[in-house]
Amino acid sequence: MRVTMTVNGAEVTKEIEGRLLLVHFLRDHLGLTGTHWGCDTSNCGTCVVRMDGEPVKSCTVLAAMADGHEVTTVEGLARPDGSLDPVQQGFMECHGLQCGFCTPGMMMTARALLDRNPDPSEDEVREAISGQICRCTGYTTIVRSVCWAAEHEAAERTSAAADQVKEEV
Amino acid sequence: MTAVEEEKPVGHGRMLRKEDPRFVRGRGRYVDDVQLPGMLHLAILRSPMAHARIVSIDTSAAQAHPKVVAVVTGADLAEKGLAWMPTLSNDVQAVLATDKVRFQGQEVAFVVAEDHYAARDALELIDVEYDMLDPVVDVRSALAQGAPVVRDDLEDKADNHIFDWETGDADAAEAVFAKADVVVTEDIVYPRVHPAPMETCGSVADFDPVEGRLTLWSTTQAPHAHRTLYAMVAGLPEHKIRVIAPDIGGGFGGKVPIYPGYVCSIVASLVVGKPVKWVEDRSENLISTGFARDYIMRGEIAATRDGRILGIRTNVLADHGAFNAQAAPTKYPAGFFGVFTGSYDIEAAHAKLTAVYTNKAPGGVAYACSFRITEAVYLVERIVDCLAHELDVDPVQLRLKNLIKPEQFPYTTKTGWVYDSGDYEPTLREAMRIADYDELRREQAEKRARGELMGIGLSFFTEAVGAGPRKDMDILGLGMADGCELRVHPTGKAVVRLSVQTQGQGHETTFAQIVAEEIGIPVDDIDVVHGDTDQTPFGLGTYGSRSTPVSGAAAALVARKVRDKARIIASGMLEASVADLEWTKGAFSVKGDPERSVTIQEIALRAHGAGDLPEGIEGGLDAQICYNPENLTYPHGAYICVVDIDPGTAQVKVRRFVAVDDCGTRINPMIIEGQVHGGLTDGVGMALMEMISFDEDGNCLGGSLMDYLLPTALEVPEWETGYTVTPSPHHPIGAKGVGESATVGSPPAVVNAVVDALKPFGVRHADMPLTPSRVWEAMNGHAKPSF
Amino acid sequence: MQVPAPFEYERATSVDHAIGLLDRLGESARLVAGGHSLLPMMKLRLTDLEYLIDINGLHGELGYVRREGDEVRIGAMTRHRELLESEILAELFPVFMEAEKVIADPIVRNRGTIGGSLCQADPSEDLSAVCGALDAVCVIRGADGERLVPMEEFHVGPYETAVAPGEMLVEVRLPVRPGGCSAFEKVERRVGDWAVVSAAAAVWIDQGAFTDARVGLAAVGGDTVGVGGIAEALRGQRPSEELYTRAGEIAAQSCDPATDARGSAEYKRHLAKELTRRTLRRAVAGTGRA
Repeated sequence: MRVTMTVNGAEVTKEIEGRLLLVHFLRDHLGLTGTHWGCDTSNCGTCVVRMDGEPVKSCTVLAAMADGHEVTTVEGLARPDGSLDPVQQGFMECHGLQCGFCTPGMMMTARALLDRNPDPSEDEVREAISGQICRCTGYTTIVRSVCWAAEHEAAERTSAAADQVKEEV
Repeated sequence: MTAVEEEKPVGHGRMLRKEDPRFVRGRGRYVDDVQLPGMLHLAILRSPMAHARIVSIDTSAAQAHPKVVAVVTGADLAEKGLAWMPTLSNDVQAVLATDKVRFQGQEVAFVVAEDHYAARDALELIDVEYDMLDPVVDVRSALAQGAPVVRDDLEDKADNHIFDWETGDADAAEAVFAKADVVVTEDIVYPRVHPAPMETCGSVADFDPVEGRLTLWSTTQAPHAHRTLYAMVAGLPEHKIRVIAPDIGGGFGGKVPIYPGYVCSIVASLVVGKPVKWVEDRSENLISTGFARDYIMRGEIAATRDGRILGIRTNVLADHGAFNAQAAPTKYPAGFFGVFTGSYDIEAAHAKLTAVYTNKAPGGVAYACSFRITEAVYLVERIVDCLAHELDVDPVQLRLKNLIKPEQFPYTTKTGWVYDSGDYEPTLREAMRIADYDELRREQAEKRARGELMGIGLSFFTEAVGAGPRKDMDILGLGMADGCELRVHPTGKAVVRLSVQTQGQGHETTFAQIVAEEIGIPVDDIDVVHGDTDQTPFGLGTYGSRSTPVSGAAAALVARKVRDKARIIASGMLEASVADLEWTKGAFSVKGDPERSVTIQEIALRAHGAGDLPEGIEGGLDAQICYNPENLTYPHGAYICVVDIDPGTAQVKVRRFVAVDDCGTRINPMIIEGQVHGGLTDGVGMALMEMISFDEDGNCLGGSLMDYLLPTALEVPEWETGYTVTPSPHHPIGAKGVGESATVGSPPAVVNAVVDALKPFGVRHADMPLTPSRVWEAMNGHAKPSF
Repeated sequence: MQVPAPFEYERATSVDHAIGLLDRLGESARLVAGGHSLLPMMKLRLTDLEYLIDINGLHGELGYVRREGDEVRIGAMTRHRELLESEILAELFPVFMEAEKVIADPIVRNRGTIGGSLCQADPSEDLSAVCGALDAVCVIRGADGERLVPMEEFHVGPYETAVAPGEMLVEVRLPVRPGGCSAFEKVERRVGDWAVVSAAAAVWIDQGAFTDARVGLAAVGGDTVGVGGIAEALRGQRPSEELYTRAGEIAAQSCDPATDARGSAEYKRHLAKELTRRTLRRAVAGTGRA
């Protein structure tokens, strides 16, 4: 069957088997190996990508189900000018990663969280990532990373607003 | 961003990781990301049964699948002499079963196909007829008369006994136990668990028949040792084998052994002449790769009435599974379990251990265990708490009374381990200060009066890490020493090549910092190369917290070697004698005349440039070394855990966890903290939820992440860490290693906290994992689980 | 990674289309919504289907929570996250929100649906207990039209429902009665795990006395989406700790849990009692607020 979807802003059309999992479509058919996988039972969350903005476990979504939808992976997380998203920066600043394997999924969830809730509490961050396993960090630094990004973005918004005021003045 | 710039030390100190930019952009390159032209995919058929004779295997339908290139069985491998391979413990393990299957999940056949989906489909087309045999599941009955023999492949093997091991002095121990006022005995089980890194194991084998050269991308923590073993197994000359460990998605010891899957991918590539990828799924990972622990221990402690510990002894039954494949140094069949006397100054100790075969997956040493120190520390920290319970004293006071004193170091334990350095009491006091221990006890008393269940658990551990020395420690005859090589380029940039391999520990940063500290080249100007046997010097790999103690020492010493040469070149450049030169980080200057100075970069250019160098000095600014540690290093730590238990449902909530670690000199505090956090999470997982269990037929009940539970962000608290610094006297920079400290030290703290909370119920011990059901059973007088 | 065996993929564009496909393709076809139960089973090759009919396109038609007269109607494709965030449910049936907070994990909740959960008919599934406590009615549609099945009759066995071949669950209806409130409790070994035991209770109180009370349990074996005898024991009585305990004892007696990795049968029976008490206590406390 043929599927067409938007991946990281670009439309792609491929001929695929109906049973192909979205994670394999991304990794094997599009070469987007930044999305990893870690289990067979949708428990680990390593494979999280965003579909129409919502984080989903791409090992439990058929590529066919994503037909006509918009998918974003870690490769599409950086800003259009190539600079890092504050979430990516936050993970570096706060040591939110070690082996890096769960990191793309964690960051995609974090980005989705901040898009819905720009100022989450630590508990809300923990809740948001509770469907994802990290074996290295013990989560505290991941929580700090997401909070770092939230604070950083709040500061950006404040300074953008100040610039706006200046311009208007 | 000034704050970040300030965190750019030339050398030790907090700095961000050099490896992170590629990971946060999704540009890490793991084994499953390797794509080669013409690459085929391998999938393994595994035994559904724990113990059965193979009657026949029919592969014809699988062979007929249009996308299948090859189907290989144990019989096919036997023809090539490849059906069995050596394990890291001098046993043999089946690559593919020939005679019978010995554990559920054992490798029986493999398929090579054009794509992964087709390979999986073809597995269903292989028809294996099994003749079921009684399995050995309960380790306690493995040595019973008439028990089925797991390893009838071994000549004259008529039982399931693997080895006995003993340490300490049985008579001396008997004497102190005889005179003791108080003796406490407790049966303590450390259940079978699994390291379960997020990335499963896998490999891509690419054999070039023209050059006779094998390149293997592999999820390995020990690329050099693996290369040597493949040379032995596959009969390929070692110089024609290149093992590459690319980015590794966590190891925790699970990626030290050689698994049949790796060998299958190599064989497949040899047979079909194309690159072949094998990556196991999560079930395969959990049911077949290296498990950890599985020690059934009887602990005994003897003490005076006033709380002086006289002796500790233990009897252990060790379940090694179907093949003895644990990855421990040759002379240490029980790993470093001999440090079970812990951090206490006692009069006598003795341990006796028996290891047996069962119809379960092989392994035993994994999951950040520091070669079985997890088991040792759990035993001693649990039994000391049992003693505190019997004496009705505060566990802190009992420990304070018995800790080895600073003036006693180096301290030789009653089992012969020489602890290099330690200053224990300040570490314990620091943990108590952070936790506000006295206040916690006050709160607990109030809550108990109200019927609420709050527990405070303590553990104090001493680790033994950084194997060798090589005279004592080897794996399959390979001495546990590490090479390191440093090249300083003409422009003053450097490349350091390590024999150890990162699985997330941040080697690319830490090792650049070690070198930067020694030769003053900024960290950003130093590249760390690792994980490729063609690019790096020989060494035994990353496990047992050995990277910083062994390779870290090698990196410091190789940098000093370069600095020594640089000093001579500088003396020529400054026209001063070597003795008159002074080193400040990054430059030599003439003593008393600081204006006359040359930087390491200028020296590097001179070393490679035109013009004469001082007599006897070769051009270039490179050095290499092979570091053989003089002793292990002995980090220690004090952990305090606070739990609340719902009296109605018996659910445990870890409210706080304070970890104070002393790993000697601290290179990058951010990375150290990260290592500790991860290990603490392991500890909560093992204490409360993780277990690989089996039903009576030997079916593994932990074969998916739905059944084998790992902690999420909601089961662990915000970690509170602290530190003290007691440098190692024999390590060049005083560092001791910290990768496994928290995994070793935290489980007893959690269990001690739960047991402490259950004190009103008279509970002295309960076995891990302390699921709500087990806690409830303990509250109701059945501390031993009924399942 | 484990992967599903080959199948033909069909995408339904409307409920009628889905039913038409089921009718045409017969018993070798299955519907997939969120897929978080079915796809893992397909990967483990525990299913034997030739056609998979994707009904995610029906979210527009079947994704809703709305009040209609004295009923709340929930479309079968309503996703867990939507149930969690529904203001109507939060106001009328807090048991839903409390259960949804602990069903699977937030990412799974983005995909999983109420219809999928109920139709999976896993004895450990939480929403069945919730719907049982709320006296829900399931609307099943086939080629010949719709039929209504009370929640207590919806499950005909483990992993088996009253939905016949060629039919699909399209809606769940919850009666709204005055003076009601509800609560949910779950004991799990870890967040995201299936319940060791979970309990949902709904009570209705008029002039200080129970007019009705219902309790649904999950993971205790047998048919416990509606525990028998509790309404009879409580009706007409004034709420008290003794009554909650009596109800808990009824719950413990009427279930048949099995010992497994999640816990011993004895412990689960204890939880049936304890969680019944807790949910009733909290549901009663909530009636004052509503």
